[in-house]
Amino acid sequence: MGYLAELFRFPGWASADELLHLHQRLAGSRGGESERTELLQLVGLTEARSRRVETMSKGMQQRLGLAQALVGTPRFLFLDEPTSALDPGGRRTVRGLLEELRHRGVAVLLNSHLLSEIELVCDRVAILSRGVIVAEGRPEDLARPRGVEVDVDGGTRLYEGAGRQEVPRIVADLVAAGAQVFGVRVLETTLEEIYLEAVGDQAG
Amino acid sequence: MRGIPIVIGYSLKESLRRRVFLVVLVLTVVFLGLFALGTNEAFQAVESRLGAEADNPLGVDDRELTGATMFGLSMFGTLFLGAVLAAFLTLGTVRGDAERGLLQPLVVRPIGRSTLLVGRFAAAALVCSVYVVLVYLGTLLITWQIGDWLPDRIVGPAAQLAAATAVIAALSLLGSVFLTATANGIAVFMVFGAGLVAGLLGQIGEALSSERLMNVAEVASWLLPFEALYQDGLNAITADSSGFTEVALSLGPFGGAQAAGAFLWPWALAYIALVGLLALTAFARKDL
Repeated sequence: MGYLAELFRFPGWASADELLHLHQRLAGSRGGESERTELLQLVGLTEARSRRVETMSKGMQQRLGLAQALVGTPRFLFLDEPTSALDPGGRRTVRGLLEELRHRGVAVLLNSHLLSEIELVCDRVAILSRGVIVAEGRPEDLARPRGVEVDVDGGTRLYEGAGRQEVPRIVADLVAAGAQVFGVRVLETTLEEIYLEAVGDQAG
Repeated sequence: MRGIPIVIGYSLKESLRRRVFLVVLVLTVVFLGLFALGTNEAFQAVESRLGAEADNPLGVDDRELTGATMFGLSMFGTLFLGAVLAAFLTLGTVRGDAERGLLQPLVVRPIGRSTLLVGRFAAAALVCSVYVVLVYLGTLLITWQIGDWLPDRIVGPAAQLAAATAVIAALSLLGSVFLTATANGIAVFMVFGAGLVAGLLGQIGEALSSERLMNVAEVASWLLPFEALYQDGLNAITADSSGFTEVALSLGPFGGAQAAGAFLWPWALAYIALVGLLALTAFARKDL
């Protein structure tokens, strides 16, 4: 099992390579130098191999943290807010990394408040409120149709409560009525809306 | 337990690579320089007086007196520097490191908290012991070269100073479970100061022949055995002096030191084990 805490820091005096080496020993990994090379490459820190942690930016340290959590090829990875310190570029790197891990069959438990990130990478979502799961499922199952928006020559029309299945009928009706249709959008609830609905007033 | 050597190796590397080590090195060089200067002055004063007045009716060995007093001072300095190092290496081990986030990646590894603490203690005790013995040998070389004086016992006091710093490291580790790094540092130095004051009280008690003062000091030095170790070592450097020289020594600032007897070592080791056990128990229950 690998773990990366939300609040973590590595000793400033250690280099990226030394740090991974220490965790290889602590985790009993026999991966050796090739494992370290691969992990540093995976998180995009190949160039920073012998750089001391204290000279790294927060984003680099976060990525080094991910490499550290992956030492010993864990089957299960627990990540607590892994992208909180990252800029959009760093977030994309982590997203790519998580997709790569999924591809390799590693189970990742990602704890985050960045719901847009979760929407992009997670297969299953559980929303916790005060220690209790208040909503659970695949993001697309949790999402409910919120309506259909159609751009017509007179402006934009909203069909509240309508879903994807109703789009052909709506468009056919509009065309039959002589309107010109420029675009159709199916609106769904975002994870944020689901979250706020599920957690309700308890959210503070 | 397989993790202990790993933690020791990591902690040793850390103590050598942190800036604290450089600070300690610089301070040590300054201390040794000052000590050499002082020793030189002291022995020169003795030489000139020995040349001026030939008769010494009481038969006090001035060279012995000077050497023992200067070396006593150096042992005090060495213990102090060793205590500073012990405290700095250990004061943030649990709560301090947890608050900074350094502990989290370590405790989740399959080595266990007790391994972490034992390894940390072993590394700190090792670094401090080596350091204290080196400084001790440095001051020994200085008094020998400048004043042609050697303590009556050499190995015992060195080992006792080393053990005294190990006791301080153990106390500091225990404190680190409960206190933030700064608060723990303050606490450790207050405890260290309390031990020193107790030792001085004992010497005053000896000079005044006050049984009660001596008893208070003795109880305190057993409660804080780094003080008993230091006192015993101080006593041993003039173990062979006798007559008026011994009397004159006992009136000096480092002269009233008490020999602690055969129970000192077993008690010091048991004390470290006890403090360690308390720290392990508290750390095992601590919610990080």
